[in-house]
Amino acid sequence: MILIEALRSGWQAILANRLRSILTTLGIMIGVAAVIILVAFGQGASNSVTSSIQSLGSNLLTITPENPNRGGEIVNPSVQELTVDDAAALNDPIAAPDIAGAAPEKRAAVTCTIDDLSHSTQVVGTWPSYFSITNSPVASGAYFTNADELSGRRITVIGSTVAENLFPDSDPLGKRISCNGVPFTVVGVQQEKGASFTNPDDVIVAPLSAVENSLTGYGEVSLISVQATSPDTTDLAEAQAIAILDERHGTVEGTRDFEIFNQASLLETANTALGVFTALLGAVGAISLLVGGIGITNIMLVSVTERTREIGIRKAIGASRRFILLQFLLEATVLSVFGATAGLLVALLVSRVEIAGISPSVVPISVVGAYVISVAIGLFFGSYPAKRAASLRPIEALRHE
Amino acid sequence: MIPVVEMRDITKVYGEGEAEVRAVDGVSLTVDPGEYVAIMGASGSGKSTLMNIIGALDVATTGTYRIDGVDIGDLDDDALSLVRNRRIGFIFQAFNLIPRMSAAANVELPLMYRGVRRGERRRKAIEALGKVGLADRSHHQPNELSGGQQQRVAVARALAMEPSLMLADEPTGNLDSRSTADVLDLLDDIHDEGKTIVIITHEDEVAARAGRVVTLHDGRIESDVPAGIR
Ligand SMILES: Nc1ncnc2c1ncn2[C@@H]1O[C@H](COP(=O)(O)OP(=O)(O)OP(=O)(O)O)[C@@H](O)[C@H]1O
Ligand SMILES: [Mg+2]
Repeated sequence: MILIEALRSGWQAILANRLRSILTTLGIMIGVAAVIILVAFGQGASNSVTSSIQSLGSNLLTITPENPNRGGEIVNPSVQELTVDDAAALNDPIAAPDIAGAAPEKRAAVTCTIDDLSHSTQVVGTWPSYFSITNSPVASGAYFTNADELSGRRITVIGSTVAENLFPDSDPLGKRISCNGVPFTVVGVQQEKGASFTNPDDVIVAPLSAVENSLTGYGEVSLISVQATSPDTTDLAEAQAIAILDERHGTVEGTRDFEIFNQASLLETANTALGVFTALLGAVGAISLLVGGIGITNIMLVSVTERTREIGIRKAIGASRRFILLQFLLEATVLSVFGATAGLLVALLVSRVEIAGISPSVVPISVVGAYVISVAIGLFFGSYPAKRAASLRPIEALRHE
Repeated sequence: MIPVVEMRDITKVYGEGEAEVRAVDGVSLTVDPGEYVAIMGASGSGKSTLMNIIGALDVATTGTYRIDGVDIGDLDDDALSLVRNRRIGFIFQAFNLIPRMSAAANVELPLMYRGVRRGERRRKAIEALGKVGLADRSHHQPNELSGGQQQRVAVARALAMEPSLMLADEPTGNLDSRSTADVLDLLDDIHDEGKTIVIITHEDEVAARAGRVVTLHDGRIESDVPAGIR
């Protein structure tokens, strides 16, 4: 009862000072919108990084040659490189039950041309299993096959970036491009993978035999891609790969001449980093919410001073301290709830817009949090002015001009 | 019969030491139900200070004070608010209506603090405004009313509270003679209905309406006589 009456009195005061009320509300609105939008952008960025890492294959392990050295001193001078045989040894369902497949990759920088168009990219010489291992389906055309690998056919599946550069307005399938002077026929175009740390779409993929034969020569490979049977078995697959290669290379922990890079752990690291990033953005928003809250205190203090006489009259005719306290508290709370609602609407609107390639994703907890916090702010920052109003002595307040 | 106002040896001291002012100095005053008392005195004689104490807006430094037999000497802030809300109807020199609130809302306010339901208090407010002849102005805000009309709204506010005591501090001080007559006529009517009224004034014309005139001098009662004798 008293709550409703106090709310009504507070509401009348808000209406009586419309412009000031709107400006105060604006402060909270900006704060709430900032929190929700910034967190949504952090989350959006996190989502896009996560999905681009996942598109690389979340159960992917990458093995690269590594010369172990400590403090600049080479520990193992007789380093062996990764070889095609190493890759073949990893495809062993008995020794490595959790490895679904392994493919060597021989990478080299090439410049490919067709007609008067030219594009510098990277060639990947590999086995046909590469496409499934690295989760690289073709968007059009076909993959190359084991037969192509055996016969060393000069055919290639090109990444979408290469396709855009060399075939801006024609169909690449069946066309013959020249890479470092060696002709390759395009048989397929990879599906776009999207932005990552490096552009995974800026490659041409060809049979390993053809690449070794015509571009790089035989010998060590650049890396071996290994696919675990599932995202949950990447750690097991990693251990099995290490065991097999240790045996083949005669190495142990510390002298190892290769390194295994685990996508799943990369994803974890990236997520942690992005979580910090999101929290930072949220903190920036929270600061503006705090500033909005201080704005409420400020305005309410002005309001109490300006309405001292009114408060005196109210007390003279029987308003209790409690009623005055409630009225001013509710006034502040109503302002902040209105601000929070407006801020929420603005945030939901802005979050529909994609900015810098990131589509924001509104985090429910940030919405609830911003809302609850802004109500708390109304109560907290309104309480000091409200207490001041409630404790005014009626005779002094009545004398106030 | 329990007196409405019963003061014993009331003093009010402002300041300390050299700067000490005894604004009210040993006043004993009893007002019985149905009385109409005027309090007069020179400027600075302590009239307003006394009125604040009578109205429970302020507490005396020493002495005892009972309203309707209730000792208010050791009541806290909220309890004093309650006493004012239940027993005292104020009429101030400066009207003291709340701006940006309609006349009816102003009249309703003390009833709201008393917990009277909305429909009921609206009805009482309209009735009180009718009594002061302002039924047609109930939706007007104070700044849309003349001084005399504002003071009549204030009288309606006091009336609607149905107080034990109507307390007026120079209610006609800011009014022209026409409005003064209106307000004084209203107070006469209220008195005729049996209400107890204490009015503070400078003007003999106002005091002449009362049944009893108390004159203050330097915070003390100088004379306390039936009206018409002075
Ligand atoms: N808050 C205060 N602090 C100190 N002295 C005060 C205070 N209020 C009143 N006084 C003093 O008390 C005395 C009585 O003041 P009061 O206002 O009661 O006079 P009054 O009879 O109402 O005068 P007026 O007719 O001019 O309104 C004066 O000397 C005044 O200076
Ligand atoms: Mg005075």
